[in-house]
Amino acid sequence: MRVGVVTFPGSLDDQDAARAVRLAGGEAVSLWHGDCDLRGVDAVVLPGGFSYGDYLRCGAISRFAPVMEPLIAAAKGGLSVLGICNGFQVLCEAHLLPGALIRNDHRMFVCRDQRLSIERTDTPWTNQYQRGEEIVIPLKNGEGGYVADDATLDMLEGEGRVVARYVGGNPNGSYRNIAGVSNEAGNVVGLMPHPEHATEPFFGPDPRSGTTGLDGMRFFTSLLEKVAAA
Amino acid sequence: MTGRTMSGATTHLDTVEHAGQSPDTIQPWAELGLKADEYQRIRAILGRRPTSAELAMYSVMWSEHCSYKSSKVHLRQFGDKTTEQMRSVLLAGIGENAGVVDVGDGWAVTFKVESHNHPSYIEPYQGAATGVGGIVRDILAMGARPIAVMDQLRFGAIDHPDTARVVHGVVAGVGGYGNCLGLPNIGGELVFDPCYQGNPLVNALCVGALRHEDLHLANATGEGNLVVLFGARTGGDGIGGVSVLASETFDEKGPSRRPAVQVGDPFAEKVLIECCLELFTAGVVEGIQDLGGAGLSCATSELASAGDGGMAVRLEEVPLRDATLRPEEILMSESQERMMAIVRPDRIDEFMAIARKWDVEAAVIGEVTAGERLTITWHDELIVDVPPRTVAHEGPVYQRPFERPGSQDALQADSALALPRPKTGDELRETVLRLAGSPNLASKEWVTAQYDRYVMGNTALAMPDDAGVVRVDEESGLGVAVATDCNARFAKLDPYAGAQLALSEAYRNVATAGATPLAVTDCLNFGSPEDPGVMWQFAETTRGLADACQVLGTPVTGGNVSLYNSTGDDAIHPTPVVGVLGVMDDVTRRTPSGWRQPGQVIYLLGTTREELSGSEWAWVTHGHLGGVPPKVDLGAERLLGQILVNASRDGLVDAAHDLSDGGLAQALVEACLRYDVGARVWLDEVCERDGISPFTALFSESVARVIVSVPRTEEVRFTDMCTARGQVHARIGVVDSPDEDATLDVQGLFSIPLTELRQAWEPLLRNTFS
Repeated sequence: MRVGVVTFPGSLDDQDAARAVRLAGGEAVSLWHGDCDLRGVDAVVLPGGFSYGDYLRCGAISRFAPVMEPLIAAAKGGLSVLGICNGFQVLCEAHLLPGALIRNDHRMFVCRDQRLSIERTDTPWTNQYQRGEEIVIPLKNGEGGYVADDATLDMLEGEGRVVARYVGGNPNGSYRNIAGVSNEAGNVVGLMPHPEHATEPFFGPDPRSGTTGLDGMRFFTSLLEKVAAA
Repeated sequence: MTGRTMSGATTHLDTVEHAGQSPDTIQPWAELGLKADEYQRIRAILGRRPTSAELAMYSVMWSEHCSYKSSKVHLRQFGDKTTEQMRSVLLAGIGENAGVVDVGDGWAVTFKVESHNHPSYIEPYQGAATGVGGIVRDILAMGARPIAVMDQLRFGAIDHPDTARVVHGVVAGVGGYGNCLGLPNIGGELVFDPCYQGNPLVNALCVGALRHEDLHLANATGEGNLVVLFGARTGGDGIGGVSVLASETFDEKGPSRRPAVQVGDPFAEKVLIECCLELFTAGVVEGIQDLGGAGLSCATSELASAGDGGMAVRLEEVPLRDATLRPEEILMSESQERMMAIVRPDRIDEFMAIARKWDVEAAVIGEVTAGERLTITWHDELIVDVPPRTVAHEGPVYQRPFERPGSQDALQADSALALPRPKTGDELRETVLRLAGSPNLASKEWVTAQYDRYVMGNTALAMPDDAGVVRVDEESGLGVAVATDCNARFAKLDPYAGAQLALSEAYRNVATAGATPLAVTDCLNFGSPEDPGVMWQFAETTRGLADACQVLGTPVTGGNVSLYNSTGDDAIHPTPVVGVLGVMDDVTRRTPSGWRQPGQVIYLLGTTREELSGSEWAWVTHGHLGGVPPKVDLGAERLLGQILVNASRDGLVDAAHDLSDGGLAQALVEACLRYDVGARVWLDEVCERDGISPFTALFSESVARVIVSVPRTEEVRFTDMCTARGQVHARIGVVDSPDEDATLDVQGLFSIPLTELRQAWEPLLRNTFS
């Protein structure tokens, strides 16, 4: 199982995503933004960070990176793609996912352990969770407010494409408490909080969260399960 | 100096030749911050008047900020009092960009704390942001990957109308830059005190990790090697920032100095970090230096001065953001996110290829030469020809007069012991709540929630625990703990003791987290050195810190001095921020500051004396500052450290929290609220043993004390260890069940539900600043 992790200039959580892949039992393959090549990987993670400094709209430059050309084509063909935080923003800018992410409504960067409810479980990234299951993983963003027009939001809800919702307080003003969405087929998932930061004991969410701190691991083991089954 | 040209500078190029021919040209040395005798000394060194470019270089490099001219004679003690044994853990020490400490297994760690005080008052966001950026480049320049940052912030009174402006900007700046760099913020300090109203302190610390063989030093050696400037282009920002901002006291009537503050670009720095690390790995860098204060003036003169030859620089090769910049301005510009490397000619293509990969602009601007001169040309005309040591390392040294202020006796005589005290259980209860909700003890979450503590995936402890702990080696779990502390009120009452108390507390915090303290960095923030009273504080502080470091065996590896933190005659309290770095074999053994397991027993380690002067209690309830600070006891501190490290390693304690600001009362509050688990506490035994009242037991700030929670299965082993080693210990309580009715119950005195405690402790900063 080879999972590509893309590094854009300004990617920050790329090593963390790679570590999570390894901890889940996969092989992490580093993909460079400037290479028009997916190196034959079975899935791709677009990691968190501030690609190109996020000085323009977040993800607006990265989506034009050479690596995105084969990635967009492969995603449309069914390749499993997870965009985390900045990666979610890139996926929206690339129109692989609907909607956009804007500055948090309170205007401040927020870093906290965030409770989520998992709502779509037939994706390659979430099939190890129960529908409605609540998990806690770190959230850290300045521009994490998920927005879309009502028609799009209604469509997402109607088609069951909301992958995760914030529980216990909306941390950034996201419409309808949406923390993550998927494309229609479910192979492309974007998520604002960081599952890769809840995969190793002692280095994830604080025990105050009432969890083991490992709630993010199944995003990565789900993938292995899916590929093994395929 | 505000215009496009330097006032007084000639309109045509002021070459060395021209300077030789026009000895009587009037030069703006005073505007550039030089004293008359300093200017004469430059003329004597050169045997002629300096060119305007040379004047720019000397003025900025001989500023207080770059030359340490007032502090140098005192700072020497840090080296002089470092024994061979202390030196044995150091791979590089003071004088390099940052000290480098051997932490075992072939790993080394480098760390340093630095100030960015004046810029942060003028332009809080950019001042704080570039403060983080600057210290990160210092660490990078040692060959290390930066792995964590911390920030030590001090602001004016929380309810002063100007405080919110500075707080918002500074916190957003620290976060904006650090978050975008991808460095976890693992802790720091936040203090409000009216003494910082016009002079807020923004100190930033960075920790980096490297393999021993990757150590890089800042020197230019090897005739014919190339001088490469890379990173951001050079612009007009921060011109003269060093000399103008760091050497003068603010005057409300002065001109607007906004243009003197640098503007940060964290994305450029992130790319620069990755580019540098790849350059190091490829082995194409012979020497490296970051560009910070004094920009190219500093980097060229320091690299050349530390090397074995000279350097020839072609200034027109510097990539510019603003093509109209004059050579003097290019030399002084403090544009951020730039580095300078020395590269062998046969490796330059490789160097450039790596820079291109990261879209980092790089330009060869000169080479290392055989002579002993630093020469700089501008389109083939010679504008600088100096011995680099005279610029970088042989600046003026002042023996500033110092004298204990006459007011010091009266200050020390005004003891807090005379203040009215709470006596009844109800009064003590109310005092606990009032202190918990006071500006310096209330929850700092409003600040820390704006900082990414998770990125890199190696953070094992961060705020609100006693120290930040990060893993260095993912295979073995080897890592480091860092804590910084300074109670400036103590330092005001007795600067010698105050510096030792700052070290004492940071040392204790590192040990409390379970790490063995190894080394020290310091950021000495003071008022004007031209005030003999301030200079006395500085002399006492350095002497106290150097003496204490010798006793504890922890060498000062590097740091920073910030003077002129005064407005008019009002200086800040002496604020020697002391950072201690410790090592632990396995960071997953770190000890958190709160208890979680019901039934575990709570021990208070250490002796409590009636020490209330300078305490948080005296300040919050009486607005009082006077008397003498708590007694320093470094022997007790070292023993306690050993006990804590052993207890952590052997699994004898599950939680440990140091007693400092607010005493035992605040430590209990924080240990309960950490995981919302209550405790039942009794003080009779401690009061009887130490001959103190319950009030003193709760609010005294005696040193060398912590509370720990011990699993019942380990209690005998733990107390046996304490007894065998002579560690004073007393069983003072038991951890309660974590339920909705959880309380902090101090038997016979008061009981406070944790919900009420949280309500007192949590909302202050959020309500004040949101």
